Amino acid sequence: MVEHRPLSDFIAYAILTLGVLIVAFPVWLAFVASTHDAATVVGGHMPATPGTHTLENYYRAIFVGGSRTSREPVANMLINSFVSAIGIALGKIFISILSAYAVVYFRFPFRKTAFWIIFITLMLPVEVRIYPTYKVVADLKMLDTYAGLILPLIASATGTLLFRQFFMTIPDELLEASRIDGAGPFRFFKDTLLPLSVTTMAALFVIQFIYGWNQYLWPLLITTKDSMQTIVIGIKKMLVATDELAEWQLAMATAVLAMVPPVAVVIFMQRLFVRGLVQTEK
Amino acid sequence: MANVTLRSVRKTYPGGFEAIKGIDFEVGDGQFCVLVGPSGCGKSTLLRMVAGLETITGGEIDIGGRVVNQVEPADRDIAMVFQNYALYPHMSVYNNMAYGLRNRGMAEGEIKTRVTEAARILELSTMLERKPRQLSGGQRQRVAMGRAIVRQPKAFLFDEPLSNLDAKLRIAMRVEIRKLQRRLSTTSIYVTHDQLEAMTLADILVVMNGGMVEQIGNPLHIYQKPATTFVASFIGAPPMNLMPAQSDEVKSQIPASGAGILGIRPEDFVITNENVSGGVALNLTVEAIEKVGAETFVYGSRQHVTQEVAANPGELPPGEVIVRVPGAVGPAIGERIRAVAARDKLHLFSADGRKRVEI
Amino acid sequence: MEKSTVFNNRLLPYLLLAPQLVITVVFFYWPASQAIWQSFLREDAFGLASEFVGLENYTALLAQPEYYRSILTTAIFSTLVAGFSLSIALLFASQADKNLKAGGGYKTLMIWPYAVAPAVAGVLWFFMFQPSLGMLSRPLRGMGIDWNPLLNGNHAMILVVMAAVWKQISYNFLFFLAGLQSIPKSVIEAGAIDGARPMRRFWTIVFPLLSPTTFFLLVVNIVYVFFDTFGIIDAVTGGGPAGATTTMVYKVYADGRLGGDLGGSAAQSVILMVVVIALTAIQFRYVERKVQY
Repeated sequence: MVEHRPLSDFIAYAILTLGVLIVAFPVWLAFVASTHDAATVVGGHMPATPGTHTLENYYRAIFVGGSRTSREPVANMLINSFVSAIGIALGKIFISILSAYAVVYFRFPFRKTAFWIIFITLMLPVEVRIYPTYKVVADLKMLDTYAGLILPLIASATGTLLFRQFFMTIPDELLEASRIDGAGPFRFFKDTLLPLSVTTMAALFVIQFIYGWNQYLWPLLITTKDSMQTIVIGIKKMLVATDELAEWQLAMATAVLAMVPPVAVVIFMQRLFVRGLVQTEK
Repeated sequence: MANVTLRSVRKTYPGGFEAIKGIDFEVGDGQFCVLVGPSGCGKSTLLRMVAGLETITGGEIDIGGRVVNQVEPADRDIAMVFQNYALYPHMSVYNNMAYGLRNRGMAEGEIKTRVTEAARILELSTMLERKPRQLSGGQRQRVAMGRAIVRQPKAFLFDEPLSNLDAKLRIAMRVEIRKLQRRLSTTSIYVTHDQLEAMTLADILVVMNGGMVEQIGNPLHIYQKPATTFVASFIGAPPMNLMPAQSDEVKSQIPASGAGILGIRPEDFVITNENVSGGVALNLTVEAIEKVGAETFVYGSRQHVTQEVAANPGELPPGEVIVRVPGAVGPAIGERIRAVAARDKLHLFSADGRKRVEI
Repeated sequence: MEKSTVFNNRLLPYLLLAPQLVITVVFFYWPASQAIWQSFLREDAFGLASEFVGLENYTALLAQPEYYRSILTTAIFSTLVAGFSLSIALLFASQADKNLKAGGGYKTLMIWPYAVAPAVAGVLWFFMFQPSLGMLSRPLRGMGIDWNPLLNGNHAMILVVMAAVWKQISYNFLFFLAGLQSIPKSVIEAGAIDGARPMRRFWTIVFPLLSPTTFFLLVVNIVYVFFDTFGIIDAVTGGGPAGATTTMVYKVYADGRLGGDLGGSAAQSVILMVVVIALTAIQFRYVERKVQY
């Protein structure tokens, strides 16, 4: 369009740059803090540029653990986070693709009821039912276990809805052709539906991985042993003591480590991530 | 009311693609100018440049005596009807038409007068409170025109406004647009790819191809005396028959044609065994027949020429000739016929097809 | 919207549904109904027996000033976070939509905070604004403000709001950008030809057409404040100082953990359930009605 607003373009660039700075600054600062020694960080005059203690801090954080409150090396916590995040993502994909398949491609009594039963779970995130769920998990002896970390969080319906929506867009003709070719439900699922669903599964995986990795309240409740902590809780525990004495540089290193996997997933799988976000919210 | 003049107008995109390669023409005050051409020829781009929706890389565009290259669309005092109507979905029909007037600070009373009058002309008076999604395609199109009319601009710009309508509605709206424009006497530039629409609407017809003008003029004149083989085969349906003037059959009858291209319209042939001095006679074997009721189209192949597939889509296979026979009676398939065209019906073009040559 | 061609197996669908249904019943319906049941009970002082007390837990709750305080805190929170993060995100999205050359790369740069855990976001911001060693605390104190989120309830609130807004901007930005890009370009061009300058076009054409997205994001942001901010609050202020940053969800957690008042905690959970159901219902209802072009 013929429009002469050089000022407008300049302002646009300025605002966008400001946006990127605002978004990046806290993380940058955390990174910088993780590269200095304790004295510099706590002294109150930490510079805005990285220091020289990077390797030392990260080594201590990952393999040795903070000396005061959390004796747990971050390496363990990272493993816990990974296991639970991947468990949640894969678990959810598994159960929801099966139930979406059942609801969309079969006719049976109580089909609609089953769907509503699953659908209603959307309305209540785990934070609302924490204590009763805690009791159930405790009764099942799943406290401090991976199962306890994972299972209650795959109960909600987002995956089922996503797959159901996707299956609805697949033309009926594919199924009809399959049946004419003599395929039963297993063959159809394995040979036709599954390959078509790969992108949707990947998108859901990205969203659920991030969701699982970033869980806070639930892991906080059901893990009592330090060895079962996830990294996200671990950071908080590092700061529990009176703040001046907390080892901030290690906490920041841990924070950085806690951010890397989910952020990497978002950046490298951006298109899948965006697609997953947009579709799960509809 | 104003002239619209284009002088050496050029447009090159940042990647280097030259969409408009130097165009000159003038649309007089109150005239209806149609830009016609195949997809990608640049006609819409040119229209958008007049509107100010695309920038101009070279040359000048002049509206009402004022060079508008650097003028924003809002200030050019033009109105545009888009192919998909581009109505404001969240506003009622009344507000859609009033929006432009409100932006110019017109008083509500005056706005009401103009909008109700335009609605009356376009038979939209009962729909002023509806939203676009509650209207049919034809109704939306009329609202788009209403939006343009109330502004009383210096020029109307139409970007293929009838393309999204079904065939019957298209013909009806075509006539309405023409009547309306005559009544308002507003200078208009209209873009279409449909050559029939172009022929019936235009005072001035501009035939475009590949970013350049092939021919400008009165539609009938262009039909009768096309300047290039592109214009010859684009305007008129079924298309003009084009054949190399050097083929044995032709050369023997028109020795002076040399190495050019000979063109004959299907309706200029007569099937007869008489001799026509100075004209051309072709011996054809009938391959196919199309009877459309009022006339019959006979597809025949010439002797001595092997039938191959056409070189480009939309062209006749080499050696195939279309002959129009009035009425519903025609030759049978497989029959050998003799199609004759008089000398004054022949069109001769240079070998590269870019120039018209007099026989 | 149903498939017309289906399989007719009798047993298979139930088997396919079983995993999800089992998990849903065990970890969702059973606890949820427990919560509802428990909200009508009160345990005795030793935690040994419970008696049915009807709606007493609810009335006791509604008589508690702390409960009203948590409602107020949640409300203030929602308004501030939704208001700021929506406006800022819209500002960024509208600038990014302008076809500037950096467009795509910018999108990547803006969306990654979504991947940061709320708790981590809280820690980051706390680090920046920690009273003694926070880098941004110094200029604040230089201006004469006695900045101390550990002691001052309002400061704590401001800090938590900032962290929550920071994290939520990227989500809102993404949806706003998508919404802006789904507006047909020709409608904007028609506006330009109709004499509207860029600002006027934005407020009279673009913004109204964005309203489904805006409304949707409003509901999502409110739900976010209700629940996802738990991590931020716990990491930064622990609900304090003196309950200044205790939202309704936080109160459920705190009451259940500290006191033995499971009945009261359950009642709070049930009330929250009702609120979320209402919000989700509104969200689904509204998302159904989309603007057609």
